[in-house]
This record gives sequence, C-alpha cells and structure tokens, in this order.
Amino acid sequence: MALPIHATLGERIWHYCFLTICVLIFAFLIFPILIILPLSFNAQPFFSFTSEMLQLQPEAFTTKWYEEFLTSRNWQGAVKNSFIIAFFSTIISTFLGTLAALGLSRPDFPFKTTIMGLLISPMVVPLIISAAGMFFFYSRIGLQGTHVGVILAHAALATPFVVITVTATLTGFDHSLTRAAASLGSSPTHTFFHVTVPLIIPGVISGGLFAFITSFDEVVVVLFVGSYNQRTIPWQMFSGIREQISPTIMAVATILIMISVTLLVFLELMRRRTERLRGITPH
Amino acid sequence: MATAEAENNEVITTADGVPLKESLKKALWQRKKTALLLVAPLFLFVLITFLIPIFDMLIRSVDNSIAGEQFPGVVVELSDWALDSTELPDEATFQALIQDFKVGAKEKTISRLGRRLNYEKSGMSGLFRKTARKIKKLESPESATAAMIAIDKKWGNIETWRLIKRESGKYSSSYYLAAFDAKKNSDGSFSMKSEEQQVYLNLFWRTIRLSFTITFLTIILGYPIAYLLSTVKTKTSNMLIILVLLPFWTSLLVRTSSWIALLQKEGVINDILVGLGLLGDDNRLAMIHNEAGTVIAMTHILLPFMVLPLFSVMKTIPPSWVRAARSMGATPFTAFVRIYLPNTVAGIGAGGILVFILAIGYYITPALVGGTKGTLISNFIAYHVSTSLNWGLAAALGTILLLLVLALYILYDKVVGINNMKLG
Repeated sequence: MALPIHATLGERIWHYCFLTICVLIFAFLIFPILIILPLSFNAQPFFSFTSEMLQLQPEAFTTKWYEEFLTSRNWQGAVKNSFIIAFFSTIISTFLGTLAALGLSRPDFPFKTTIMGLLISPMVVPLIISAAGMFFFYSRIGLQGTHVGVILAHAALATPFVVITVTATLTGFDHSLTRAAASLGSSPTHTFFHVTVPLIIPGVISGGLFAFITSFDEVVVVLFVGSYNQRTIPWQMFSGIREQISPTIMAVATILIMISVTLLVFLELMRRRTERLRGITPH
Repeated sequence: MATAEAENNEVITTADGVPLKESLKKALWQRKKTALLLVAPLFLFVLITFLIPIFDMLIRSVDNSIAGEQFPGVVVELSDWALDSTELPDEATFQALIQDFKVGAKEKTISRLGRRLNYEKSGMSGLFRKTARKIKKLESPESATAAMIAIDKKWGNIETWRLIKRESGKYSSSYYLAAFDAKKNSDGSFSMKSEEQQVYLNLFWRTIRLSFTITFLTIILGYPIAYLLSTVKTKTSNMLIILVLLPFWTSLLVRTSSWIALLQKEGVINDILVGLGLLGDDNRLAMIHNEAGTVIAMTHILLPFMVLPLFSVMKTIPPSWVRAARSMGATPFTAFVRIYLPNTVAGIGAGGILVFILAIGYYITPALVGGTKGTLISNFIAYHVSTSLNWGLAAALGTILLLLVLALYILYDKVVGINNMKLG
C-alpha cells in the first residue's frame, strides 16, 4: 500500500484522502463498540456522557451498574438461563451436526445438494419467520414457554453452523490416512477415535463455539418460544431497552464484548492449529 | 480374438466366488447406507424442530377450518344457498344458526369465529358477542329467522350471510388478500383497498427500499476498507481485520443499544454537535425512532457481511493487472473502472445479496431504533403474532417474506454457490 517513489502530487493527495476515508470507516465500525465501555461506568442513569465525566472527575464514575447486574434477580436468572440453554443446544447441535458432516463429506453421498440445502435452511430463513413458525407449532405441542422448547429451537438454529464448519474441515481431510490406519490393522472405531477425531477436532470445536454463540446471542426465537422463565441475557436486554433504559445494559454489553473478544482470539488460535496440521498432511 | 472374447465374458469373481460387480455394488451400497445413517439423526431433528413448524405456518396462512368447527350446521345448510341470491337463507339455515350458536356460546368458542369474520368486516365481532349473550335465553321460537333478526337486525342483512357463505370453506385466500391490501367484494370479486387503508403494500415497499439503501451503503463503505485490507501486508491486514471481526462477533443487542446511546436526542452525537456549536441546543437532530435510525444502525451491523466476501475476492486479484493497465497508458481511473472493478463484481454480488437477504428479514434493530416510521415487514409479523393475535395474517406475511428470501437465496446460489459459504 506504500506509495511508489515516482507518485505524482495528485496521486499523493488521493492516497492520503483514501487512507483518511478508510480510517473514518474503521472508526464507524469500532466507535459504537468502544463507546459502551465508558458509558457503563456512568454515575448518572443515562445513556450519555455527563460534563463531569468529560472532566474525568472520579465521582462521575461508578461500578454500581456492574453490582446491579451481579445482584439483580432478573439478570441472575437471565445469566443462568443463557448458559443452560446455550450449553444444551450446543451439545445437541454439535453432536448431530458433526455426525451429519461426516456423512455429507463422503464422496458417494446421494442427493447431497438437496439435503445440504434443507439442513442449512435454519440459517437462511429470516429469524422472525422461524420464530413465528416455531411459536405456532411449539404452542400446539406444549413446548412453548419451556426450557426444552427453547433448547430445541436453538439447537435447530445452530446446526447449520456446525455442519458448515465441520464440512469445511473435512474437505481438507486426507482419506488415505484412514485407509493407512485400516491397512495397519486398526478397527474402524479405533481409526475414528485415533486418526479422524484428532484431525477434525478443531473444526468441531469451532462449530461448537459458533453454536454456543448463536444460542447465546439469539433473541428473536427466545422472545417467541420462551417466556419470562426462559429469559436469556439478550431477552433481558431487549425488554430492558424497551421498558426502561438503565446503564446496567451497558455494563452487560461490556461483559458481552469481553466474552466475544475472548472467543475471537480462541477461534483464531483454532484456525491456526488447523492450518498447521493441514501443512503436515501430504496431498 | 476368440480367447480375448472368452476372457471378456468370463465373470471376474472375488476370492469367495461372488461376482466382483455385485460385490462392489454391495460395498458401495453399504457405504451409501452408512453415510445416510450418519445424516439421518440431524435430518430428523431439523425436520421436527424446524421444517415442520415452517410448513405448519404455510398451512396456517390459508387455513379456515374455524368456520367448519364453529358453524357445522350453518355451513351445510348454506351449501345450496347461492352467493348472488337476493333473498335471505331459508328457515332451516336459521335453525342451524341457533343450534350452532347455542353450542358455541356454551363452550365459549364462538367469539373466535366472530373475531375471524371481523378481519373481513368490522362489527362482526360485536354481533357474535351480542348474539352469544342473548341466545341462551332463546327457547325454541316459532320462527328462527324472526327470532334471530330480533336479536340483531344484522342477521336480516344479506351482506352478513354473503360474508359467512364466502368464508365457509376449509381454506381461505383472505389472509393473502389482506397482506396485499386487497379485499373480496360481496359478489366474490377482488378489489384493492382505498389508498388510506393500504398498509402492507407500503410496508413491503419500505422494507425493500430500506434494504436497498442499507445494501448500497454497505457497498460504499465496505469497498474502500476491503481494498485496503487486500493491499496491505498480511501482518497489517490480520490486525485490521480484527476491527471488522469484532463488531461481527459482538452481540446484536450490544450494537443496537450503543446506537441508541449515540443517536438519541440527548445522545453522544447530538452532544458533540451542540458542544461544537454546529447545532443549537433546542434543535437537536432526530436520528432515532425513524428511518434514519434503522438505516444507520443496520448499515453498521451488516457492514462486516459485505467486507468479508469483498476482501476474499479482492485478495485473489494480482496487483500486476492494474499495473499492467497503467503501464499501457491507462489513467488510474480507467485502470480501476476497466480492470479492477469488473474483477470484484462477484464479491459485490455475493456481499450485496447476503446483506439484502439479512436486511429484509431484520426484526430486533428496527424494533428498537425504528420507531413507527422505520419498522419493517418483520415487525408487523411479530405484531400480529403477539399483539393483534391475527395469526393467519402473520403467517401469510411470513410466507410472502419467506418466498422473497428464497428467491434471493437461489440468486445467491447462482452467484456464489451454497457450498462456498464460509463463516468468519
């Protein structure tokens, strides 16, 4: 991106204009996320900066919104529900999704495109339609307003992410490795656990993370299929924003940003591991 | 020659004497079966938890079984009464009406049919409630017709009967007509509702218009930074892409609430503008609870979906192509328009359709920052599901939106291919 030495004045001006534009766009992307951090320490119950905050007076800042998050029954219930629902829906979707990806990546799988299309449809259909459909159907069979209903709904929404991630890992999978294991006298089960699993585990873990985040961040389906007893963190945030805005939402938001940064770093490490392992498999 | 032919005809067998062809077929079938068995659990799971509910919604958008359930006798009696008849239905129909009403009023279910008919013609819900109240006292009258008209003279109005007759089928197109702001006339023909009664056509138009605006803005904003990412050193681009991925991974509600903090009247942007003296304190900009709020927040939320596909396409374009054009005398502008831009069209297409698909079905952000002017079709679906309880209309609107998205999705498949879909 560096300017060549022979660049004309016009080119130089354009180059720096372009860089300025890019900086502005990056600011547009990241500023709304950074703004949340100071606001979550606002001593006043508003969503905006007070003049005391701008003068950096210590009494303008407080951690009481974090305390409220940690002590309020509404939020504690939301945290508990979020983890319960995300945990079980991740288990279901990762297990079923990995099995299906193993089947789908076999070269002789019949009707692959159609079945793949149906399996990833929960990701494609707009959430409001999935939510409405599930609400109608789940209330008919008595699953509306139950934890089981929300877990099943989230598992269905998350499976496409697992299928896609694990299938992507398997496309780089060298099938001669399993044949080599078989020729050396390993049973199919033994081969699966000692050859296939170590190689696809990064894909499975990233798929599982995607599933977890899908459930953890999902709000539309929870609003319809769940009720107050199934409230998750996003559910509580949504009703919080609608009813009474308090900086507790900003405190929760800060914590959620921290979680997503951690997950982002973890996923990047996973991706590097896969690439490294790919590097040593012969093609 | 003869020996060669004999060899060809000779069946090759495996060690245990089974013809090789059959053995291979069996082995292949075995493998196919294993593959199918691995996929079967997920397929069943998605079928029950997702595909059947969606199908159930499609059925609900045309379902009209409520007429047959609540008016079993009336529906039968009305079957030989013509829609264009100028006379009221016969005495037997009125007797069936009393009978059905007595059962329905006792089970307290008849008002549901009243509500259903009220979607077509206002006043029906009231008529059904009033009739249900009075019908209990009605003891085998001499003339059922006269008795019913005495309860409410709307029962003597032929339009009421035409409506009941029209909506007595097992299936009804009336939800779809309502979704397109059309109505059925009493003679069974269709016409559009009057201009000021039209809701959904405007709403569909607004949803498509805002989705286009958002898609266009993400292209304008996404193109420069995707270009920057693809031309800097890998190390720098790995750093910069975090700035794109962080919003992508941050909870949707976090981003929406931060836009509320930024855009509201007492919010950060207005404070800055007032502080800089660009704006008077009493004429702060209204940037939220309107179309602008929806467009700004959704552009921010969907921008990563544009940048990532653009970046992956731009990475593959060798910088020497533009240099070659320049060396042959093209101006920077010509080189960009004739060489670079055409090579990125696939990325623009992929990102554009993806953003458009996501925007058209968005619910949360418009619900929180859109006010009444910036809401989209999905907000009305939610409204009909949980507030107005007109589930049939919600299902019809949902089905139309679903078809729209599926059409776009097929387009996406043609441009990029479903199997090339990547995450993160």
